Amino acid sequence: MVSAALQSAPATGMAVEIQGVSHAFDLEGRLLPVLDGIDLKVAPGEFVALLGPSGCGKSTLLRLLAGLDQPRLGAVLGDGAPIEKPDPSRVLVFQDPTLYPWRTVRANVALGLEARGLLKRQSHRAQQAIDTVGLTGFEQAYPHQLSGGMAQRVALARALVNDPRLMLLDEPLGKLDSLTRLAMQSELVRLWQRSGMTALLVTHDVEEALMLAQRVVIFGPRPARIVGELVVDRPYPRHRDDPHLVALRREALSVLGLAD
Amino acid sequence: MSASTTLDGTLPVAGVTRSAARIWAGGLLAAAAWLGTALVIALLPDAIEVGRTRELAGLAGLIGLALALASLAMPWLGRPGTHVRRAGPWLAVLPLGLVAWELATAKFALLPLPFFASPQGLLEVYLEDWPRLGESTLRSLWLLLTGYLLGASAGFVAGVALGWSRAIGYWVHPVLRLMGPLPATAWLPIAFFIFPTSGSASTFLVALATWFPVTVLTWSGVSGVNKAYYDIARTLGASQSFLVLKVAIPAALPQVFVGLFMGLGASFSVLVVAEMLGVKAGLGWYLQWAQGWAAYANMYAALLVMAVMCSSLVTLLFKGRDRLLAWQKGTVRW
Repeated sequence: MVSAALQSAPATGMAVEIQGVSHAFDLEGRLLPVLDGIDLKVAPGEFVALLGPSGCGKSTLLRLLAGLDQPRLGAVLGDGAPIEKPDPSRVLVFQDPTLYPWRTVRANVALGLEARGLLKRQSHRAQQAIDTVGLTGFEQAYPHQLSGGMAQRVALARALVNDPRLMLLDEPLGKLDSLTRLAMQSELVRLWQRSGMTALLVTHDVEEALMLAQRVVIFGPRPARIVGELVVDRPYPRHRDDPHLVALRREALSVLGLAD
Repeated sequence: MSASTTLDGTLPVAGVTRSAARIWAGGLLAAAAWLGTALVIALLPDAIEVGRTRELAGLAGLIGLALALASLAMPWLGRPGTHVRRAGPWLAVLPLGLVAWELATAKFALLPLPFFASPQGLLEVYLEDWPRLGESTLRSLWLLLTGYLLGASAGFVAGVALGWSRAIGYWVHPVLRLMGPLPATAWLPIAFFIFPTSGSASTFLVALATWFPVTVLTWSGVSGVNKAYYDIARTLGASQSFLVLKVAIPAALPQVFVGLFMGLGASFSVLVVAEMLGVKAGLGWYLQWAQGWAAYANMYAALLVMAVMCSSLVTLLFKGRDRLLAWQKGTVRW
């Protein structure tokens, strides 16, 4: 199953810096603040989880980092340069796989190559990405024929085909059943470890954040500001019942105001 | 790959019909009905003066014989055979309808003449007036296809532009709102005045009738595209033209086909009206001409041809859709 696709790629992680970012939505003339003075630095190759209640504005932060929106105040930097527009080196994976239903698995994965005019010369990379996420044999299937977990794997492969240096994960496992979810968590760690890319994971699941990330940044309710940070200094693969993780979990919940 | 195909490529086991390997009893019944109809037509004397009674009886008899042969040969007919089998009940009921029609007109003259033609009257038209009817059909078809293709392409382009560009929307939207709902036939007097030939005027009207539904539905399809599709493509490095051609249009295609279907229906009605009023050829003209001469059999014959033509065009459209939208599941069967 393990292919050389990502090992051979010279993908090193991107350094990310968020400087005093505040953002608000314009709802029919009324400003709804969603982010309030966020400062965050992420080292190249680091795996950071952004943990907080649903709808607090974490996803907005990812959209800013992807270059899909611009912050109203402050700056987002990738390798020291301002992020102003989307770029294939920074990819976003949503909670919904958002596969194109009219494309086969292979054509969905090859989307990035096609968009950049690389399809003719580098079509083998699509196959490598499909192999990497373990969907060999499903190349010709259409999205409606896939289970939720498989569809999300396709979405991952579609992101990986570009050899991204920054992977922005917006609750990518949020809609999966609990067993698929556990399998996909280890899969994500494996993909991140092999590629060396920087990963930012938005989640509201404390356990998931602690299982995956090296550092957990905790956000308060909207407008989101950073209320705490935990360093998860444990080797992979991690175990749910690791007493250290259990202690961190209690700490995270108390920061969120949920400890009993 | 069809929706019912499972992922490892095996087909789900359908209810395999064991009777497929035997003689088709329902087919024999249908054959008997056709042969009986043939006998009634041939043996009962005509109450009114009609020609071609023997030809009609011969035709019914031929169909009966063919069905009888097919029933006996069913085990060797394979796939085409199953199609025929599915039509079995219709094949059995049709001769009953035919014989009822024949009795009410030619045999007992129960329906007032000349408004109700007999079956052999229709047959006579096809056998004797086929050059004129054929030419009319071809001309209608040509007018319909050129007008429809022009209108559909213009509507598709306009719809995509409306859904995509705010500047184009600003100018096209009011025109669409004002002119679109107006029946294309209302333009008839002006069109025949402005255009140099009645042919080009009719083409314009057919195109106009097609244009409106295709534009509106393409537009709604493009504006209804899931915004996340664009976000995904943009983060993967897509250009504007990629977003239009490879994201917006394929995502809007199911709606576009609804528009194409509605446009086809609108173009039929405009075609007939345009041909009745302005053009000196085509099925609409033939209808008008037949009515003028009180040649009702010719009228029914032309109507039947028109029905077959329109239905075939719709079938063609749906076949095209099924090919292009094979990825969709649970679409309407035509």
